[in-house]
Amino acid sequence: MADFLLEIGLEEIPARMIAGAEAELGKRVHNLLTRERLLGPGGKLTTYSTPRRLAVLVEDVLAEQADTEEQLTGPSWKVAFKDGAPTAAAEAFAKKAGVAVQLLEKITNAKGEYVGASVKRLGRPAAELLTAELPKEVLGLYWAKNMYWRAGKPERFVRPVRWVVALLDEAIVPVEIAGIAAGNASRGHRVLHGEAPVVLAKATDYPEALRKALVIVDVAARRHTIRKALDAETRTVAGARWREDAALIETVVHLTEWPSVVLGDFESEHLTLPEEVLVTVMRDHQKYFAVEGADGKLAPHFLAVLNTKVDDEGRAIIRHGNARVLGARFKDAQFFWDFDQKIKLVDRVESLNNVTFQKELGSYHLKTSWNDGVAFKLHETLKGKGFVDYSYAVLQQAVGLAKTDLTTELVKEFTELQGNVGGLYIQAQGLPGDFKKETVEKVGEAIYWQYRPASTDDAIPPTVEGQLLGVADRIQTIIAMFSIGSAPTGSKDPFALRRAANAIVKILAESDLPLTLNEIVEASSAKDDWTSYKNQVAEFLRERLHFYLKDVRGFAYDVVNAVLAAGTDDVRDAIARAEALTAVRGSEDFAAISAAFKRIKNILRQAEEKQFAIGSPKDVPLSTEAQQLSDAAAALAPEVARLRQQRAYGEALALIATLRPAVDAFFDKAMVLDPDPAARGAHLGLIDEVLRGFSGIADFSEIVTN
Amino acid sequence: MPARKPDALTFQELLFRLQAFWAARGCVLQQPYDVELGAGTMAPETFLRVLGPRPYKVGYAQPSRRPADGRYGENPNRLFKHTQYQLILKPPPVNVQERYLESLEAIGIDLRQHDLKFEEDNWEWPAGGAWGVGWQVMLDGLEITQFTYFQQCGGLDLDPISAELTYGLERIAAFLQDVDSIYDIVWARDAETGAAITYGDVRLDEELQFSVYNFEFADVSKLWEHFNLYEAEGKALLDQASALFSKEDADAAVKRRFPLLATYELALKCSNLFNLLDARGAISVTERVGVIGRIRALAVGVAKAYAVQQSF
Repeated sequence: MADFLLEIGLEEIPARMIAGAEAELGKRVHNLLTRERLLGPGGKLTTYSTPRRLAVLVEDVLAEQADTEEQLTGPSWKVAFKDGAPTAAAEAFAKKAGVAVQLLEKITNAKGEYVGASVKRLGRPAAELLTAELPKEVLGLYWAKNMYWRAGKPERFVRPVRWVVALLDEAIVPVEIAGIAAGNASRGHRVLHGEAPVVLAKATDYPEALRKALVIVDVAARRHTIRKALDAETRTVAGARWREDAALIETVVHLTEWPSVVLGDFESEHLTLPEEVLVTVMRDHQKYFAVEGADGKLAPHFLAVLNTKVDDEGRAIIRHGNARVLGARFKDAQFFWDFDQKIKLVDRVESLNNVTFQKELGSYHLKTSWNDGVAFKLHETLKGKGFVDYSYAVLQQAVGLAKTDLTTELVKEFTELQGNVGGLYIQAQGLPGDFKKETVEKVGEAIYWQYRPASTDDAIPPTVEGQLLGVADRIQTIIAMFSIGSAPTGSKDPFALRRAANAIVKILAESDLPLTLNEIVEASSAKDDWTSYKNQVAEFLRERLHFYLKDVRGFAYDVVNAVLAAGTDDVRDAIARAEALTAVRGSEDFAAISAAFKRIKNILRQAEEKQFAIGSPKDVPLSTEAQQLSDAAAALAPEVARLRQQRAYGEALALIATLRPAVDAFFDKAMVLDPDPAARGAHLGLIDEVLRGFSGIADFSEIVTN
Repeated sequence: MPARKPDALTFQELLFRLQAFWAARGCVLQQPYDVELGAGTMAPETFLRVLGPRPYKVGYAQPSRRPADGRYGENPNRLFKHTQYQLILKPPPVNVQERYLESLEAIGIDLRQHDLKFEEDNWEWPAGGAWGVGWQVMLDGLEITQFTYFQQCGGLDLDPISAELTYGLERIAAFLQDVDSIYDIVWARDAETGAAITYGDVRLDEELQFSVYNFEFADVSKLWEHFNLYEAEGKALLDQASALFSKEDADAAVKRRFPLLATYELALKCSNLFNLLDARGAISVTERVGVIGRIRALAVGVAKAYAVQQSF
């Protein structure tokens, strides 16, 4: 048993790509060892990474494959041996198998007697297999963006490969990757260790040897170090806590080989700027963690994660350098904020003519007018349904001003603050005319939330006006993009239309808006020549509803298919039906109903293929079982319909399940495809009625039963 | 807080040191290109030298004009014209990163007292059909260098590729001298009197007056006229080049002397005029992409013709 280490040393990999690549390399090595039968029973694989390296350590690797014996079967015995002597057929087979003719055996199986040969295949050494197979596994890693660096472009990888370590215990595995021959020397921290090679005596020395060279190769250990250091540094400020930011933690984990943390300060006068501005600057631009005081409010400190360790003098230098940069950015933000107040958002509407929405569509001024149209149509639809618990005046104001923050210096500098800045500026500037304070707040809030939910995990806008603005803006963008041929394709969605559609579904799912997907699509079209895209957009939204139910809410795929087959227009209704169906699907009765409905569908399909006419159950006198089924269905139908009206889906489904005995009996005793066409027609009519009458909640035939 | 550093390199010492460092490593030291341009990358020493198979190593300072970034000399961090130190290593040596770090030591940055990170940043110049893959180098939270492995230029795949190191000299000087405003950077010190000449002494007037011109006085209709004239001439020259290069019986020497380098300058003029028009707010949203396309047609046209010309 041996231990195998592979380390690929390269130039700094983008932080966002490392975790995926580390996992993939581990899988590839594991798969390679498994399929080549090199993994021992105690086989344990650990992956490591830093920005400059990806590594896999496998304990319990076989130094060589076990020998195998393969049983080859040749021609029949009668053909191979005549009068006890081998024929040409036997000779040929023996040659092919690589054994002497005398060693051929007789194999008896169900088909008769055959010539056989046991061929021993010697196991190949692990080193030989690894040398042959590793390069394509490593170079086959997926990277979002590749580059080439060697003359003649022999390979593409994320960054130039600079060293390779491949060890089987102490022995170097002579693999060559991207022109680099493997050895036993790794590299330590660029600055703290320097350029002296880190020679590894054996594979399992890896983590410790690198640690001594000031590199923590274990990602979990680095994460832990960073978190502890953040805690320790924050404790130097009484009552303070650092703001948790899981995504930022991951980023800094993948930017460091030997992390440490330094706490710095900024001028407290900057705290007059809204928190979201300060935190965006700290997090997105500088990768700092924010600090809050005991009162939960932002404190004038930041935490920088360093890729080094330094003494107190060094810490002071680094703290000072970072504080300078942050101070300059905050001064800029403050400058932009103050400068922006000179022209209020309400006075910036015309200048939206200068901000492109999309080059083939036009400016944001135009987009705003389209949004206004959509919002109006949605409002009319809601009014028609008696849903009036919101202010159209607020919505209209919000729609009209929603994009004006794109003309501000603050958003031009910090584009991720779009929406937030609009909302904050409205609160700060107010609205002209006789708007009450709370109206202004509501307008600001709707604008603030227009780009939320930013993901399927994110919250939806808390107000109806915000929800409607979000829906209107997104559906308008979707249909506009479809109209210029920019609908998403399999792998490309450069305008994030899927994200936009997911947000629409999520808003409908989690709010009280009584809007259907079709109503939203209907409201979306601003131009007559866009009407032709409505179907595509509706289909697109349906697909997003499918995604939401399956991948976000976690309903089983067959439940989702069953529910959507019965209706895709009303999101909350689909969810309620999915919940009800999930609750009953395990029951035996329900499994039987599902099976029965599948059967019904199959029969109806056969009937269509054979062009059998579907009649009515009243056409002929029915057999007992058929009549009982007809009666049972007729008795249930109004009750089920009533429960459906009330959306009491659980009860409705339970009721439908009571059909089971009648359905089972019918299939047991009745011959559906009776040779008599009239009887056949009546039976088909009966099962067709049953199917259609009880598929309004879900298409049970989609449910997978065992 | 560490005191302001009196021993830190002046602005011009910084440039001397970088030049000396790279000259000692085999780089040709060129002068800044003397036609208005927005980045060191656009100078022919980069844009055209990275094309084709011939190895090359060059370094040069390059004042880079970005009219929209002018702030009348009032913003301590932002300039209409900043100075890049541009370096091209074609092909890149295997220890290019280590060399870069040595260059930082050479200008007085002791890496053991600082935090250095290579953070993903992929640079591109769409009008030049150029892009690469690489990093912004962060020093104590400040971006000091754009480090790029060129992959394509002028719409052409590069082989060998070039490593491009673009240092931001004002930023580095302000960092080394620990001043809060670029204008307080000591540009030079009089050896006899010890008097300091600051960045503001040298450039404040320029920053102010060019901001005034770029934002208030530049004549939009004349800018368009200039653009159209340069573009027309550039196109005509490219057409002539194309006709000449495709003539089988034309003399190789005649093909080699065709003034593509002069043609390229016309593209650079157009690019700068675009920047001026943009700063003036004169480019509408619907026009923008089209105008960039016109510049691209010239720049990429030159690059492609140049690559062909190299083979004669």
